Amino acid sequence: MFLRKSPWIIHYDATSCNGCDIEVVASLTPLYDLERFGIINMGNPKHADIFVVTGSVNPSSSAVVRNIYDQMPNPKVVVAVGICATSGGIFRECYNVLGGIDKVIPVDVYVPGCAARPESIIDGIVKALDILEQRSREFKKLRVESQRQEKKLRRYRLND
Amino acid sequence: MTPIDYYIHLDNIHLKAAIYIVLAPLLGGLLAGIDRKLSARMQGRIGPPILQPFYDVLKLFQKEKIIVNKFQNFNVILFFVFMIFTGSLFFLGGDLLLVIFALTLAGVFFALAGFSVNSPYCHLGAERELIQMMSYDPMIILVAVGMYLVTGTFRVDAIALYDKPLILFLPGVFLGYLHVLTIKLRKSPFDLSMSAHAHQELVSGLKTEFSGTTLAMIEIGHWYENVLLLGIIYLFFSFNSAVGVAAMLLLYFLEIVIDNTNARFKWELTFKSTWVVTALFGAANIIILYFAIRP
Ligand code: SF4
Repeated sequence: MFLRKSPWIIHYDATSCNGCDIEVVASLTPLYDLERFGIINMGNPKHADIFVVTGSVNPSSSAVVRNIYDQMPNPKVVVAVGICATSGGIFRECYNVLGGIDKVIPVDVYVPGCAARPESIIDGIVKALDILEQRSREFKKLRVESQRQEKKLRRYRLND
Repeated sequence: MTPIDYYIHLDNIHLKAAIYIVLAPLLGGLLAGIDRKLSARMQGRIGPPILQPFYDVLKLFQKEKIIVNKFQNFNVILFFVFMIFTGSLFFLGGDLLLVIFALTLAGVFFALAGFSVNSPYCHLGAERELIQMMSYDPMIILVAVGMYLVTGTFRVDAIALYDKPLILFLPGVFLGYLHVLTIKLRKSPFDLSMSAHAHQELVSGLKTEFSGTTLAMIEIGHWYENVLLLGIIYLFFSFNSAVGVAAMLLLYFLEIVIDNTNARFKWELTFKSTWVVTALFGAANIIILYFAIRP
């Protein structure tokens, strides 16, 4: 319920040409002001709820993308910004490009554009909020279930 | 009789403590929200809603807990408990010196929490936190000494009921306190150890490895701390509670302006400038006062 009111993002540049990065940063400037939705660019995976990735992945950035994704606490969503991040874009055929971000981690929202405009980035992030909310509900159910299982195990002394 | 006077004269200490423990985080969170809104306006933005800090903290309670090792949370819980203890001591009218020592202890636990994990960013933040503590502690002790010299007591309730304005006796100490207040409130130019705006150089500093509930506790602990710090400002103006409240709000506004108009200092400059201010304003004020009031 509160996740949609205070989503914190982490932004990572996988193999972008930097065009989309500039646009992501631009959406945090006074003109577009993402903070009015409570969105803060945290730069820290442990605090983040939304992972904003720009650019395609290559063999060296794929490990980093996966690492950041794994370090984010649940519930979390991934937004791929720019056509490179969604499919590889014009670099798709390059020998070192693996493809879009979804080759490495599950992506929830695809924001197309080269470079994606700040308006569409904001739109994508706001779309991600709904998914985040749904994730949070699932996560809560999961947590309750795991606690129940744990209790059961403890009852039968099976955990040691 | 204003609510503050009523609170000071309240006899039941349990009620007094309960009021503090419940109201302080609400007040602290609200101040943080106003702070963010005003900062946004100063930068020409619309800014988040006033209740945003509460949304943030409530969200953190819904997140998964990622714990690197068990000392990490232990230290944060101690920080939180000692922060409430410190604030309660102050608002129950306890000994000002004890309040300051307990505040330092809470700070030490906070730094220890940073050292208990392996992240280099946490360590960097914790080191800077210790440097900040070394910078501001002398000045905060001078505040207590100055108040003692004027009123003849370390007890907060007696100081709060002192009928002459303390600010007239302690202008230098007050200026020194304002300087360290910027460090304590973690505002630019002294937001060295865990600023969200410094994420290019040290990610989130001390807070880097903390997530979920633990991070929420750090936030709430700081709200308690901020209310306590504003309470110390009140003591300087306690001859009239309306003036006191006005001074608190005005100075908080001033801190926001300072925050938005300054770039971050290096730690050397932070340390040196604070000690120079402490000597120049704080110590000089105490020395003059000492000779002035000697019979
Ligand atoms: S989508 Fe276009 S602007 Fe964005 S990273 Fe790819 S090439 Fe650059």
